[in-house]
Amino acid sequence: MYYYILKRVLLMIPTLFGAAVLVFCLMRLIPGDVCVLRLATGGGMDPQVLRNCRAEIGTDQPMLVQFLQFLKGLVIFDFGKSMWTGRPIIDEIGLRFQLSLQVAIMATLTAVLLAIPLGTISAVKQNTWIDYLVRAFSIAGVAVPSFWLGILIILGILITSKAWFGVAWMPPITYVPIWIDPLHNLSMLIWPALATGYRYSAVATRMTRSAMLEVLREDYVRTARAKGVFRKLIVRRHALRNALLPVITIIGIEFAFLMGGLVVTEQVFNLNGLGKLFVESISNHDYNMTQALVMLVVAIFAFTNLVVDICYAWLDPRIRYNR
Amino acid sequence: MAILSPPAASTAEYAPPRPSRWATAWQFVVQNPLGAAGALVVFVMMFMAVFADFVTVYDPTRNNFGAMLEPPGAEYWLGTDQFGRDLYTRIVYGARTALLVGFVSAFVGATLGLVLGVASAYFGGRFDLVFQRIMDVLMAFPLVILALAVVSIFGTGTHNVILAITIPFIPRCARVVRSSALAVRETPFIDAARACGFSHTRIVLRHMVPNVMAPYIIMMTAAVGQAILIEASLSFLGLGVQEPVPAWGLMLRGGAQEYAESAPWVAIFPGIAISLAVFGFNLFGDALRDWLDPKLKA
Repeated sequence: MYYYILKRVLLMIPTLFGAAVLVFCLMRLIPGDVCVLRLATGGGMDPQVLRNCRAEIGTDQPMLVQFLQFLKGLVIFDFGKSMWTGRPIIDEIGLRFQLSLQVAIMATLTAVLLAIPLGTISAVKQNTWIDYLVRAFSIAGVAVPSFWLGILIILGILITSKAWFGVAWMPPITYVPIWIDPLHNLSMLIWPALATGYRYSAVATRMTRSAMLEVLREDYVRTARAKGVFRKLIVRRHALRNALLPVITIIGIEFAFLMGGLVVTEQVFNLNGLGKLFVESISNHDYNMTQALVMLVVAIFAFTNLVVDICYAWLDPRIRYNR
Repeated sequence: MAILSPPAASTAEYAPPRPSRWATAWQFVVQNPLGAAGALVVFVMMFMAVFADFVTVYDPTRNNFGAMLEPPGAEYWLGTDQFGRDLYTRIVYGARTALLVGFVSAFVGATLGLVLGVASAYFGGRFDLVFQRIMDVLMAFPLVILALAVVSIFGTGTHNVILAITIPFIPRCARVVRSSALAVRETPFIDAARACGFSHTRIVLRHMVPNVMAPYIIMMTAAVGQAILIEASLSFLGLGVQEPVPAWGLMLRGGAQEYAESAPWVAIFPGIAISLAVFGFNLFGDALRDWLDPKLKA
């Protein structure tokens, strides 16, 4: 097992290196310059000031030197300073990471709490009205854009609060950590978590249903039934545990994507998370920031995949990674 | 001298008659009512896109400041936006943008993924190893972020949005097709083709590709819905299709949030159009998967 984990961790290196090359090249292909954007005042620009700016942030260096500096930063976990704000990247990301991580965890919890019971019921009651209802709910979840759902949630809050309290209420827009003011924090983040969690739950519900349908037809389930084991026990202990493998994969992949992929939902709810930072850094040509963010997301993706694989062995004792 | 018996009837005479296309379509409808409903939504959308000029009366891009934020009624079926443009007309014309982006990016992305996935499975070895690592890198990038980077490089506009959506689809389709192609590679007819001395290109294109069409078609139908969603997201962010082109995501960007309370129809109807379209493609894709998968058919 330890050998397997070590092998997987080593296999992350080419993926991370590939991602580093890709993001470095992509950023240099975007037309424009962070210094031109920073110094743009509407009138002409002093070429000397422009040169000084480029020298200061290091974009006047040859490409290979810039790339090696980026790689060195990756190895020692020093991503440098933001080319746009001048602040250390670790600080800039740290501010947003908390918020994005909390939304991702809350959305995952919403998804798991909805998907596993709904998917299981849908499979157990296959081709009944409950199954049709759950399937319609999950297919609709995949089809509805989460940003539109976000707009509808805001609209619903506005209308309901006005009707009940006479004053329109909007979720707070300043982030306060949950351990400082839990009520303020939850009243701000519960809405994006619901909007995202619904879509996420739809994907996981479909996966749970199809995996459960397959497992419920297995010989060992039939044997358990023949032995007179209670139906609930068969579903919970024999079927669900084995059906969870593909569901965990989906949950893991979606969680990794939520960390940086909530670009549009953050826009709707005016959240200052990693997704918004991504858009800002790309449009500002902030190479350092975009590179650091991409590497963070790719590393989270690779790490989540590893955790998912380890979970496989825990859930299914037949899976062993010794060889 | 042995008398030769009359030649046996050809196998074709004993084969059951092949059902007509209409009969096959009807069988699909009967066995997959939900899929048929999805196909109907897709058909209506295509009809709207093709005959947009005939099913609308207003100009989708012309402002009418005398009719701003009109509620739904007899004159404007779905109301008007903050520039007085008829929402129904813009939704009908928006179907053109959605279908163009959806079909082209799904077709190109899935087809390139098909060829690359089959080639990777066929050649195997180092080529497969290196190719799969490249796919890993591309797949580790969040889809919207990769699309965002491509749009930033090439600029906004319908064609660049198609390119931005196509690139992330390639590795996803290649990965799925490769897993099916790995099984096909081990079948005796591929060995036979190799023994006959056929070229690699011929084996890949004539013998392997037709045998992995089912996952390809499934990936393509699923990708159309996803492409419509990504196009809407990019347009909503202001990075996709630009004004005054009618596009559903762009319609939600405009006044949808600003006028959410006073004119909710501006936010509601374009979102319903997006959801219905994706819903239709997903239902149709699911049914097609069941239809094409012999295990599920049995």
